[in-house]
Amino acid sequence: MVRFLLRLVAASPRALLRLDLISQQIYNAGALSLVIIMLSGLFVGMVLGLQGFQLLQRFGSEDALGTAATIGLVKELGPVVTALLFAGRAGTALASELGLMRATDQLSAMEMMAVDPIRRVVVPRFLGGVIAMPLLAAIFSVIGIYGAQLVGVQIMGVDSGSFWSQMRAAVGLRDINEGIVKSCIFGVTCSLIAVYEGYYATPTAEGVGRATTRTVVTSAVFTLFLDYLITAAFL
Amino acid sequence: MRKSRTLDLGTGSFVLLGFAALFFLTTQTTSRGISLASPPHYDLTAKFDNIGDLKVGAPVSMSGVEMGRVTKIDFDWKEYKAAVTLRIDARYNQIPTDSDASIYTQGLLGGKFVGLTAGGAETYLKNGDQIAFTQSAFVLENLIGQFAANFMKGNAQSDSGKSKTDAPAAAEPKPKEKTK
Repeated sequence: MVRFLLRLVAASPRALLRLDLISQQIYNAGALSLVIIMLSGLFVGMVLGLQGFQLLQRFGSEDALGTAATIGLVKELGPVVTALLFAGRAGTALASELGLMRATDQLSAMEMMAVDPIRRVVVPRFLGGVIAMPLLAAIFSVIGIYGAQLVGVQIMGVDSGSFWSQMRAAVGLRDINEGIVKSCIFGVTCSLIAVYEGYYATPTAEGVGRATTRTVVTSAVFTLFLDYLITAAFL
Repeated sequence: MRKSRTLDLGTGSFVLLGFAALFFLTTQTTSRGISLASPPHYDLTAKFDNIGDLKVGAPVSMSGVEMGRVTKIDFDWKEYKAAVTLRIDARYNQIPTDSDASIYTQGLLGGKFVGLTAGGAETYLKNGDQIAFTQSAFVLENLIGQFAANFMKGNAQSDSGKSKTDAPAAAEPKPKEKTK
């Protein structure tokens, strides 16, 4: 899989010239995942607001809700949940699409026409996912913070000034940075796994199904595993 | 052609939205914030000996009604005091000039806020005025220190033989802080 990644990276500069292909894949992976990302972000944020409020209230420090929700969302939940949803929404689509192309000999047909399928088909999908993922994670975090604010401030009555000011005092650029680094790495991981599984799928109906399943499972496990590693590296 | 246009539009707006989200995260949730346009207001300053952990953005209230926010915390090198700028909502423009400002804590461990107590003067504070009477933040450690010092002094005077019991007794003052 590492060799496959290197092949993709090597083919990327040439593929970057075909911006229209990449733009289409960003649309597929990103813009079409927007609804699920925003809805999930909103509800995750609202749950964080509710749970955080219940917990912090015991210590009389509800004001720290903004900090708790933001740190939780930006550093962990944003990148991780987005990566999981991304693997489920965009990763499976990529894997099954490529797998089906393989099964129906479209990839071989391209090779026959001297079109490199890696450059024409795989790399744009990979890059589209890599670009879309951090943006999706950022949108997820922002909507999540809004959701926490909605529950904490509007419903539970935390002071909005304390909510934002304590958040601003406690959240640093470093935290945001950690979130961005994580989402970029998850974007590479999930996209790579999806195109790899699809590209090397057994060219049967069953093989495509298995490739799709394995995309989700492997992506989820790798995401959580890498999450731990990156968190440890950032400490 | 038509399809590719909606597609480009979709991609473009998605990327824009993503970068807007990143921008929001870096500016609005961290301390390098750019604050949004604020409603009509006027600024007052107050100098405190000690502001504890008062933060920019903390509420300013009178009788529990929120009237504004702390917008700036500076250090005054002439008087060696903390200079706090309070941004008061323009609706509350009748704060007497001899009002005093104190720093209180929300809850036991909550954040600090500035509480104003109205004075009796007929004239009102205007933009740029300074609140003359201030009371510093209540710092728990100082109070415990003072209490412990007094307690030990009292203990030593009343009974010098039992000085070994100081340690368990020192834990006692804490509940008393709550009532303050």
